Amino acid sequence: MRISVDVAVVGGGAAGMAAAKAAAEAGAKTLLLEREERLGGVLDQCIHPGFGLHRYREELTGPEFSYRLLSELARTSAEVLSGTTVLSVQPGPELLCANQKGLLRVQAKALVWAGGARERPFGPLLIPGTRPAGIFTAGLAQKLVNIHGLLPGRRALILGSGDIGLIMARRLHLEGVEVVGVAEIRPFPGGLLRNVAQCLEDFGIPLFLRHTVAQVHGRKRLSGVTLVEVDERGQLLPGTEKFFSVDTLVLSVGLIPELRPVEHFLVWDHSRRWPWVNSFWQTAAPWLFLAGNSLTVFDLVDTVARVGEEAGRNAARYALGDLPPVSTLPLRGGENVAVLVPQACIPGEPVSLFLRVPKPMDQAVIRVGGVYEKNHKYLRPAEMVEIKLPAEATTALAGKNEALVEVCPQ
Amino acid sequence: MIREFPCVSCPLGCLLRVELGEGVIRIEGHRCPRGEAYAREEVTDPKRVLATSVKVLGGDYPLVSVRTDRPIPKRLIPQAMAVIRKLAVDAPVSIGQEILSDLLGTGARLIATRSVRKASASDEGDPSLGGQGQPPVEKGDLPES
Repeated sequence: MRISVDVAVVGGGAAGMAAAKAAAEAGAKTLLLEREERLGGVLDQCIHPGFGLHRYREELTGPEFSYRLLSELARTSAEVLSGTTVLSVQPGPELLCANQKGLLRVQAKALVWAGGARERPFGPLLIPGTRPAGIFTAGLAQKLVNIHGLLPGRRALILGSGDIGLIMARRLHLEGVEVVGVAEIRPFPGGLLRNVAQCLEDFGIPLFLRHTVAQVHGRKRLSGVTLVEVDERGQLLPGTEKFFSVDTLVLSVGLIPELRPVEHFLVWDHSRRWPWVNSFWQTAAPWLFLAGNSLTVFDLVDTVARVGEEAGRNAARYALGDLPPVSTLPLRGGENVAVLVPQACIPGEPVSLFLRVPKPMDQAVIRVGGVYEKNHKYLRPAEMVEIKLPAEATTALAGKNEALVEVCPQ
Repeated sequence: MIREFPCVSCPLGCLLRVELGEGVIRIEGHRCPRGEAYAREEVTDPKRVLATSVKVLGGDYPLVSVRTDRPIPKRLIPQAMAVIRKLAVDAPVSIGQEILSDLLGTGARLIATRSVRKASASDEGDPSLGGQGQPPVEKGDLPES
């Protein structure tokens, strides 16, 4: 079967729903493709509150946020095809998809890729020991508990203090699992401070900073985990080992953007490992737009939805011939910039830059190409910073080869 | 005594500093009145929205996610979980539906945060675990070219 549309959106999470809604509202014939039977993506299993404060001005849980966004999408002309996997993407773009009815070709004029992110699994951590049952990524543990009603174990240790790890420490504790602690290799927590306070401190769950798992034990099922301290350079410190008798190890050790079917169309910044997008969220292949956590891992779903809407609107403009090629000005991440999106702005247009610092800084100045400067307090790697460059600032950048974005500690 | 903690009233996460003696002496670090109110409450009787799930009978999901419709005292969370653990509701459940009217006399209602359909005859257990549930395609059908 063949389908022709103006804009295809891949991924029915927050970014994809927002992109499809905005593309349809902009007048494009839009099709949203989702692999799962239900839309919502990871929001469906994020049953905790903390979503929607920006977008809806109230505090919602993940499923409620998803429902709101779905209701907005349902009021548009966008078509939704769930239970459908994208197998490959060809330039054009043409998508080869599969679902229970068979194969399907989708011919589009623009594509918004909103494929989300995957969790870093246990294997690449190269942790010595046996390979028993009882080791879960945090998102998998969350799905088991919140969707399927199954407990992963009775006594758990969590490795990595990313937000999902902190949220799962609380969730497992509330469901009667004994959570012996959260280990974090860095000297600061990986997640938001509010989550450290409300997920760990509220329930007396210890946070072991500068600790990692030295070894896992157990034959069929995990029987215990050895934690070890690390020094400033991340080297294990012999003699500091502590054994914890646990049947469950939960991993919250990072998210990897899912870009596989479109990665060969992207231009990568090799030193930083992020794909190039301009402020339209448009990649080096002009028909391909990126949104959500497949572009970079955002902190807030509210931001994901906003960026998704922008990507969808611009994809519609491209598909309808209303987004002419423009000369963009490269933005380069300099000192203390661990993440920067987008990496190009359009002189004369306002732009929001999202950046992340590599280490905590109590006082810093963020500078952009000599035309923008702002003081910031309490910059944390876990907290993405949004820099709103006004049109005057990008106008002043016109004619330059590039603009350096840097964070200078004070 | 000085207590420092991040404000959770909004995603800004201001670092609040509360000086305590005979009651609250001084509050610093907030950038809005909500932050000040939160700081005061946090050092006197901290409250939290409790989110968890409740068993569903005859649904296409085994659970419905729920939350309190307002924050409840943090100290009551263990008791609240003990009450909620014993609940079960019949499918269908719709989002926003009241599951419990007054949780432990706090005045907080427990409300569903998602909808759960009645399991259809073709459902075999939990469809999300691989059974052939009815695919809830959200709207429209295949657009034909």
